[in-house]
Amino acid sequence: MENNGLNKVDLIFEKIDTKEVLIKAFKMSNAEIIQHMLDSGLKGRGGAGFPTGLKWKYTAAEPSPEKYIVCNADEGEPGTFKDREILDRVSNKVHGGMAIAGKAIGARSGIVYLRGEYRYLLPKLMIELDSFHKMIHEIGYDFNIEYRMGSGAYICGEESALFESIEGKRGEPRNKPPYPTVSGVFEKPTSINNVETLVTAVMIIFHGSKNFTQYGTKDSRGSKVFSVSGDTPTPGIFELELGMTVQHFVNEFGDGDTKAVQVGGASGFCVPRKKFAETIIGFEGVPTGGSMKLFNSSRSMYNVLHNYLDFFAEESCGQCTPCRVGCQQLLKGVEKVKKGESKSTYLTELMKLADTMKIAAKCGLGQSVGNAFKSIVSNFKEEIIY
Amino acid sequence: MINLLINDQKVSVEPGTTVLAAAKKLKINIPTLCNHDDLCVAGNCRVCVVEQKGARTLVASCATPAAEGMEIHTNTLKVRNARKHIVELLLTEHRSDCTKCYKNQNCELQSLANEFAFGDTIFLDLVEDHKYNIDRSSPSFTKDDSKCIRCQRCVRTCSELQHVSAIAVANKGAHQKISSFHDKPMSHVVCTNCGQCVNRCPTGALVEKTYIDQVWDAIYDPEKHVVVQTAPAVRVALGEDLGYDPGQRVTGKMVNALKQLGFNSVLDTDFSADLTIMEEGTELLVRLKKALVDGNKKISLPMFTSCSPGWIKFIEHKYPEFLPNLSSCKSPQQMFGALAKTYYAKKRNIDPSKIVSVSIMPCTAKKFEADRPEMRASGFKDVDYVLTTRELAVMIKQAGIDFRNLDEANYDSIMGESTGAAVIFGATGGVMEAALRTAYEIVTGREVPFGNLNITPVRGMEGVKEATVKIEGCVEAWKFLEGAELKVAIAHGLVNANKIMKLVQAGKANYHFIEIMACPGGCIGGGGQPIPTNMQIRKNRMKAIYSEDEHMVLRKSHLNPDVIAIYKEFLDAPNSHKSHELLHTNYVERENY
Repeated sequence: MENNGLNKVDLIFEKIDTKEVLIKAFKMSNAEIIQHMLDSGLKGRGGAGFPTGLKWKYTAAEPSPEKYIVCNADEGEPGTFKDREILDRVSNKVHGGMAIAGKAIGARSGIVYLRGEYRYLLPKLMIELDSFHKMIHEIGYDFNIEYRMGSGAYICGEESALFESIEGKRGEPRNKPPYPTVSGVFEKPTSINNVETLVTAVMIIFHGSKNFTQYGTKDSRGSKVFSVSGDTPTPGIFELELGMTVQHFVNEFGDGDTKAVQVGGASGFCVPRKKFAETIIGFEGVPTGGSMKLFNSSRSMYNVLHNYLDFFAEESCGQCTPCRVGCQQLLKGVEKVKKGESKSTYLTELMKLADTMKIAAKCGLGQSVGNAFKSIVSNFKEEIIY
Repeated sequence: MINLLINDQKVSVEPGTTVLAAAKKLKINIPTLCNHDDLCVAGNCRVCVVEQKGARTLVASCATPAAEGMEIHTNTLKVRNARKHIVELLLTEHRSDCTKCYKNQNCELQSLANEFAFGDTIFLDLVEDHKYNIDRSSPSFTKDDSKCIRCQRCVRTCSELQHVSAIAVANKGAHQKISSFHDKPMSHVVCTNCGQCVNRCPTGALVEKTYIDQVWDAIYDPEKHVVVQTAPAVRVALGEDLGYDPGQRVTGKMVNALKQLGFNSVLDTDFSADLTIMEEGTELLVRLKKALVDGNKKISLPMFTSCSPGWIKFIEHKYPEFLPNLSSCKSPQQMFGALAKTYYAKKRNIDPSKIVSVSIMPCTAKKFEADRPEMRASGFKDVDYVLTTRELAVMIKQAGIDFRNLDEANYDSIMGESTGAAVIFGATGGVMEAALRTAYEIVTGREVPFGNLNITPVRGMEGVKEATVKIEGCVEAWKFLEGAELKVAIAHGLVNANKIMKLVQAGKANYHFIEIMACPGGCIGGGGQPIPTNMQIRKNRMKAIYSEDEHMVLRKSHLNPDVIAIYKEFLDAPNSHKSHELLHTNYVERENY
């Protein structure tokens, strides 16, 4: 690690000849491509961190003649905007990553599910997709990509809700199992990968998995694009090597008065100043899909929490009880405590509720509401009560 | 077979079995709420969560398939705490005016609350925060969103069983609700009033619109003469609400109870079911003659039955181009109503304006049907009040009648006689069987060629059934049908009705006569029947219906003495001018949303 524990990397936006990488990949066997991913230790960049190689391996193992590769470009987590930047600057690598994933799992079709608010990117993306299809054709390979637009629902970033949305249904998470690798979009085996994951896969093929493993830690290989926002003099997109602590991060991006960093957006964790040094950003510490929001001492953590809970009460799909009602209860509960209408000890009941939501909600959304709630309430209790 | 451990007990199940079903096999009860045997898995209430060894979270047992080597615990502290929280959460969104609620003591949420959420309330009341809507627009049922727990049973029922989708999930998060197209009142959308959703609602969010008080008022009004008719399917289900197991026939006790309630005359819809066979059977034969002999191309075939008001509204909304194919016969309920205030009034010398006509039906759509403007042939509202099987049970309880120890009684006379053919109207295929028993005999002079008159091909729970009856040895008047093969089909549940209509639309349905019932299993599975209703219960009720038929002396509609009498004294003949005036109707085209 250089630069005070913070190492800037240029992998995702690196200019390369995608065609060359594809030719290289298409010469490999499916198993070889998957082995590259397994060797690299790449974990999904959307936030959940499922090993990409395993996901491809499971999907490849399904006997179905029809499979899909879906690119999750619904980027809805508050505070992330890296996929927008990636699609804007290197969409060719995104499309290339889908073709490589398609080759690995045995899919001839790919679907990009694009966040509704990014519709303005579409005309440009369509032109780039056209030339991508031409290029694929020139190589003599058969792979087709289409775009589907989201309509602004946060829940549609959840993989199975996203499939429902593509199928024209109400965006609600499905019961699992079956997992997408067995039954995904149109009930076909599907590998659904984040925009950044697919680009990283291209770069792993380009540089080789060894090159990738030299970055990061045992649990968090490689580098990652971070969306930095909040109280920082330098907001924006930064690709950084994984393994740094929050302290390293704050040293670089803080304004000198940082009291907390929300890692991973509304569904992520709030790290208070006293834990900056001991908290690693990565799967061994606090995982993130890229959202890094800094708060300085001028911010009320009650307002921060209220904002997140308000968001969840609105963006829960509403189908399962723990999430639909739980979010409303957490929101109303902290309001009552703040106003002095409920005793401060009521926060203990709400903490227990957050625990129930974590284990009883149907999908990742409801299960992760408790992350922000518990980490903010336990670290900034006095700000919630008084 | 898959082997797993539940609460440390070994169990082997078929692949695809859920953890919930596997537990049931071990007699381990896991509470559920959104789950219903008739519907697909939702897994959204989360009440049935259990602990799976090695899993990061609890799993919903209704939605989790059993897997080899799985270790499940259904009653750990973690599970109990989560369940308690979930039930508590549901209660905060639910307007708990239990003591005033129609579903009091018949509410699945209430039962769960008794088990898991008694004592002090943990969480904050959210009912005030929601601007809940109560929709009273339908004459059949009320939709009270303040009692809705969003289990989506109703939504699944409406789409999976009925292919109607009058209700769907709208909005998300805290604002999520069960809504109609553009939030229109239920009376203004494609809803068929079938009440299948009402039957499956675990709380009081969907309940039939009750007319119990109005009926009591009529009974106690000395000026009024209150007649009551009972549909065939009620007698094999009413017992369930009064302490009997499903499948118990309680005809005689029900008749006695109705007398004790104070109805002036207890009569039988079976009478008008027999009459329906005469009218509808004749209509079919006339249509066949016009089409086959006269070569009239304008005759609409296949002809559809018209007894089920849910089906009528379905076709009016969804396939209005086929309204001419519907039999013009009113349903037995409405035939009865029209005759109660004409023929019956005249025979009993009662001023028809003083007659209050009540019907006991397994159905919620019948309430809508009775309200239709077409149903005033007598010069009055032909049927004043329609009560469901459940409402009758409530009245019997209100009157303090000890139903189980009640003696049996017989129906009163004039329009109280029935045959086995009429009884089986209550089960899918029954109208067809009754029609065939009579029509075949009219045409050939002989009984239908099936053992003991049981036309088994049209019976049973298959969604779409078909049969062919070869007509041989015709009497002189029907010689033109000699050698013809009468092709019939039967569908129950509107999802199956839709399948048949798609075939008809595509010109691929080579049938002469099609019986359609809106509800799964026919009227025995009607929306007004006791709750719960599921496949096993429907089968038990169906068995009881056929057993009732076998026990009848008369089993063919044309032999019903009251029917013979009414043609002689009043109606003249089937499809006569008088019949058309009172017993036939027309239909209207409706919007498809």
